[in-house]
Amino acid sequence: MLVWSRPGRIVLWVLFALIFGVLFLAPLAVILLSSLADQWNGVLPNGLTTEHYADVVKGAAWNSVKASLITGFLASALALVSGTWAALSLRLQGDALKQLLGLLFFIPSAVPSVSVGLGLLVAFSHPPLLLNGTVAIVMIAHFVLISAFTFGNVSAGLARLSPDFEQVASSLGARPAYRLWHVTLPLLAPYLVAAFGLSFALSMGELGATVMVYPPGWVTLPVSIFSLTDRGDIFAGAALTMILVVATLVLLLGLERVTARATGS
Amino acid sequence: MSAVAFTGTSVMDIDAAKVRGAGSNVHFDKVSVAYGAHVVLHPLTLDIAPGEILAMIGPSGSGKTTALRAVAGFVRPASGRIRIGATDVTDLPPYERGLGMVVQNYALFPHMRVEDNVAFGLRAQGADKALIAERVKDALGTVGMSAFARRYPRELSGGQQQRVAIARALAVRPRVLLLDEPLSALDAQIRRNMVEEIARLHRSLPGLTILYVTHDQTEALTLADKIAIMRDGRVCSHGPTTELYRRPPNRFTAEFLGRANLLPVTVEEPVGSKGFATARHGDAVLTGAGRDEKAGDKSLLCIRPQHLSLTADSEHTNRIVGTLREVHWQGELTHLVLDVDGTPVRVSATKLPTALPEPGARVPLFFAPADTSLLPEDAGV
Repeated sequence: MLVWSRPGRIVLWVLFALIFGVLFLAPLAVILLSSLADQWNGVLPNGLTTEHYADVVKGAAWNSVKASLITGFLASALALVSGTWAALSLRLQGDALKQLLGLLFFIPSAVPSVSVGLGLLVAFSHPPLLLNGTVAIVMIAHFVLISAFTFGNVSAGLARLSPDFEQVASSLGARPAYRLWHVTLPLLAPYLVAAFGLSFALSMGELGATVMVYPPGWVTLPVSIFSLTDRGDIFAGAALTMILVVATLVLLLGLERVTARATGS
Repeated sequence: MSAVAFTGTSVMDIDAAKVRGAGSNVHFDKVSVAYGAHVVLHPLTLDIAPGEILAMIGPSGSGKTTALRAVAGFVRPASGRIRIGATDVTDLPPYERGLGMVVQNYALFPHMRVEDNVAFGLRAQGADKALIAERVKDALGTVGMSAFARRYPRELSGGQQQRVAIARALAVRPRVLLLDEPLSALDAQIRRNMVEEIARLHRSLPGLTILYVTHDQTEALTLADKIAIMRDGRVCSHGPTTELYRRPPNRFTAEFLGRANLLPVTVEEPVGSKGFATARHGDAVLTGAGRDEKAGDKSLLCIRPQHLSLTADSEHTNRIVGTLREVHWQGELTHLVLDVDGTPVRVSATKLPTALPEPGARVPLFFAPADTSLLPEDAGV
C-alpha cells in the first residue's frame, strides 16, 4: 500500500521503528549488553568486559559450539539430500500420491519438538534400535525436525523450474544422471542453498527435542545456554548466545555469497 | 537484435549429406495420445521426408505440440508407432532418439556460457574435446553468434538467445530438428527476420529434417515444404504448402491458412478437361478450379483477398458486385470490406483507383478462375 501524505508516512515509520525496535532489536541488544556486562544493577550495565567470552571459549562451552556446528551441518546435509530426493521423486508421481506423501513429510514440523524428542527416546531405547545416549539420536531428532523445511523449499524450487530445461537436455542426449547433475541441480542451487541455510539455522537453535535426547559429551549450544541461564549464569549464557548468532549468520552469509558466485547472479 | 544472418559453413554442409544418409525421415503410424479418457491426438499417420520442413499448425489444443512431444519422447503414445529413419523410436527414451529441440522460451541453461550451452549435448554424449570445440565453433558460426561465445544467456537479447538455442540443437548433428513455437516469444519485427534466417539456415543444411510447430500461418507459409493443419487432435489437411494455400481442401484450411473469401455457389457444370467448373452465385456465373463436384452441388468458392481486383483485365474474367462497407488503410495495403449478397468479402489491394468509391457504393470485383478453388460447403474438416 502506498501512503502519499507526509504525516501518514511519518506515522508508519514511527510504528515500524517501535515494532522493530521493541520486538526485534531490544531483546538482541539486551543479550549483547549482557554478554559484555561486568555487572548489571541499573538500567544499563555498570561496566563492560570480554571476560564472559574468554570463559566460554576456554571452558567446556566451546565444545557446545563444535557440537552444534557438527550437528547442524550433518543434519542439514542429510535433510537436504533426502528432502531433494523426495521432492524430485514426488514430482513424478500422480497428484493424489504426491499430496499424501507431501503431507506425511510435513507432519514432524507440526508436532512439538519436545514430543518428537520424547518419541525418539522411547522408540530408540530398546534393542535392536538402541540409540539412546548416542550422538546419532541427536542427529536423527534434528533431521526429523528440519527435513520438512528442506523438502518444502526444494519442492517450491522444482515447481518454478520450467520442464523445458530438462526436456531440452534430454533431447540433446543427456541421460537422467547427467541431466540431474548438470542441469536440474544447478538450476535448483538457490533453493538448495536456501533450504540448507534454513535447516542449519533451525538446527542451531533447536532445544526442545535435543534436551530430551542429548548424551553426555554432546551438549549443543542451546542446551548449554539453557543450562547456564537456568543456573543463573546469565552473562555466560548471553555470551554463548552471541556466539551462536554470529556463527549462524556468518555461515548463512557465506552460503549466500557462494550461491551468488555459482549462479552468476 | 544484431543484423547478423545465419551463414552456412562447410562442415555443416558436409554433414548434411551424412544426416540424410542416416535416414532422417519421420513416420507417424496411427499414433494416438490420451491423458486418461481424454484423447488429445487421434490416430495420426503422417510422413516427413528427409530434408523436409513440415509445419504443423493449428489453434491451441489442436494436438500439434503433442505430436511433436511424441516424436521427442516426452509423451508416450497410447497406440501406434513412431519411426525415425529405419529406427522405431516409440519405446526409446528421449536421450537415445538423436534429435535436437528448440522451444519457445529458448531454455538456455542460465548457469552456462553460450559456448557451454552449445557444447552441452556433445559433452552429455561423451564426445572428445577437439570435436566439441570444432562443433561449437561451427554451430555458433552458422547462426552468426561466434562473437558471443563467452557471454551468459542473460547478457543476450531474445533473438540472440534463440540463435544460440538453434546452435545448441544443431551442434549434436540431429537427425531431426524439432522446433516448438520457436519464435513466439519474439516481437513481430525480430520474428520476421528470424523466419527468413531459419529459411536461409535450412538452405545451407538441406539434409536436415525439421518438424516446426507453430500457430503462426506466416511462419508456416514462409518456411515449410509441407504443412499439416491440426484441429481437435486430428490432421484436417496435409500437403505441399503452395498446394494447400492455393487449393485448400476444406473450409477450415482455407480460413486458417491465410485469409479467404468463401462465396456460396451452386455448381452448374462439373470440372472439365482444363480443371475448371462453372458455378452460380446469385446472378453471377463464375468459373473456378474444381475437383469432383457434380452439377447441382452446393459449394464454396474460395478467393484470396489479394486476388480480387477492382479493375477488369483479360485474366480476371469472373465478376461479382458488392456494396462497399469499410476501407482500412494499412500503409502497404488497403483493405476493403464489401457485402456481396450477404457474404462479407475482403479485398487487399496495393494499388487502388485514384477515385476510391465511397462506402455504400456498388463496386464490381474481378478475379481470375485460376486464383479460385471450389471446396465442399458442409465439411468443416
